[in-house]
Amino acid sequence: MTVKELIDSNLFEVINAGEELDREIKKPFCCDLLSIAMGRAEEGCAWVTVMGNINTLAVASLADAACVIMAEGTALDEAAVKKAADQEITVLKTELPIFEAALLIYQRLPHDELNL
Amino acid sequence: MMNLTYDLHIHSCLSPCGDDDMTPANIVGMAALKGLDVIAVTDHNSCKNCPAVLHFAKEYGIVALPGMEVCTSEEVHAVCLFSDLEKAMEFDAFVYERLMAFPNNEEIFGKQQIYNKEDVLCGTVPNLLINSVDISFDRLWGLARSYGGVMFPAHIDKSANSLISNLGFVPPDSQFATAEVKDLKKLHELRKNNPYLEGCRIISNSDAHYLEDIHEPGLTIQAEEKSMEAVVRALLHH
Repeated sequence: MTVKELIDSNLFEVINAGEELDREIKKPFCCDLLSIAMGRAEEGCAWVTVMGNINTLAVASLADAACVIMAEGTALDEAAVKKAADQEITVLKTELPIFEAALLIYQRLPHDELNL
Repeated sequence: MMNLTYDLHIHSCLSPCGDDDMTPANIVGMAALKGLDVIAVTDHNSCKNCPAVLHFAKEYGIVALPGMEVCTSEEVHAVCLFSDLEKAMEFDAFVYERLMAFPNNEEIFGKQQIYNKEDVLCGTVPNLLINSVDISFDRLWGLARSYGGVMFPAHIDKSANSLISNLGFVPPDSQFATAEVKDLKKLHELRKNNPYLEGCRIISNSDAHYLEDIHEPGLTIQAEEKSMEAVVRALLHH
């Protein structure tokens, strides 16, 4: 599933549609501590988190995540929304809990290729 | 007792997110221009620009406390302030040893610049300073005290990297006597939901990353005199 396909699924609300919408999402990744996400989020992941500040975007960019999903109805602060637009990072949001948001993504991925 | 205008949470160009214009001389100059009595430069997990800040503060005749904004292992931000530069630098060394050793990527996070007393760039910090350190929130009060300093949780009303957002509540065995609130309009509700705060001195700082964001002298703190020691003492008690 590409980032565009995830957006088109209307599962999540779009805060910012970034560049590279045809990127494949490889797996969901769940973590709220930036210091852990920084070292362990894999390239191409859909990162589901409630941590919505500017450093979330910096870490997403560093880890080369395919997109960020803000769960539990959390929002990015103003500075972070601007950073997402500047850095062209796709950010989505949902009222769902982290697990359920990640599960929705997981269920749409081709499972024979998944290596969780 | 006297009322001192203050801004005790300011980032310099050492914080990756701090603007390059936030050099120690510029910060102190701006604070003096605004007429602040006391300031503190509190970079993420580092005091390395404090020697220059204190040097310029002396020149401009304002009080500057050495300090840092620690990112605890729970990623709770808390400001530690000291009344002695040497002790602050010992604390700096202690914290840097416990900082996650992850190299900074300047392109993504920004530069981490150290300035000297001539206001000239004299070095950079290699590891990313915004990461968490291996010190828990409940340990931080005693740790800061052991260096003669004081700790207060930063911007407790913010939805990220704050005591209340990251831990969910104020730990009942907390010892801090001062708490920083970004938006004072939220104070009533914060106190209602967190009775611990009733017994706290509430302060509000700029958390400035740009020169123009440094606070105007609108708020005051009561201290016995205009000195580093008196400000630390004031923050230790309600």
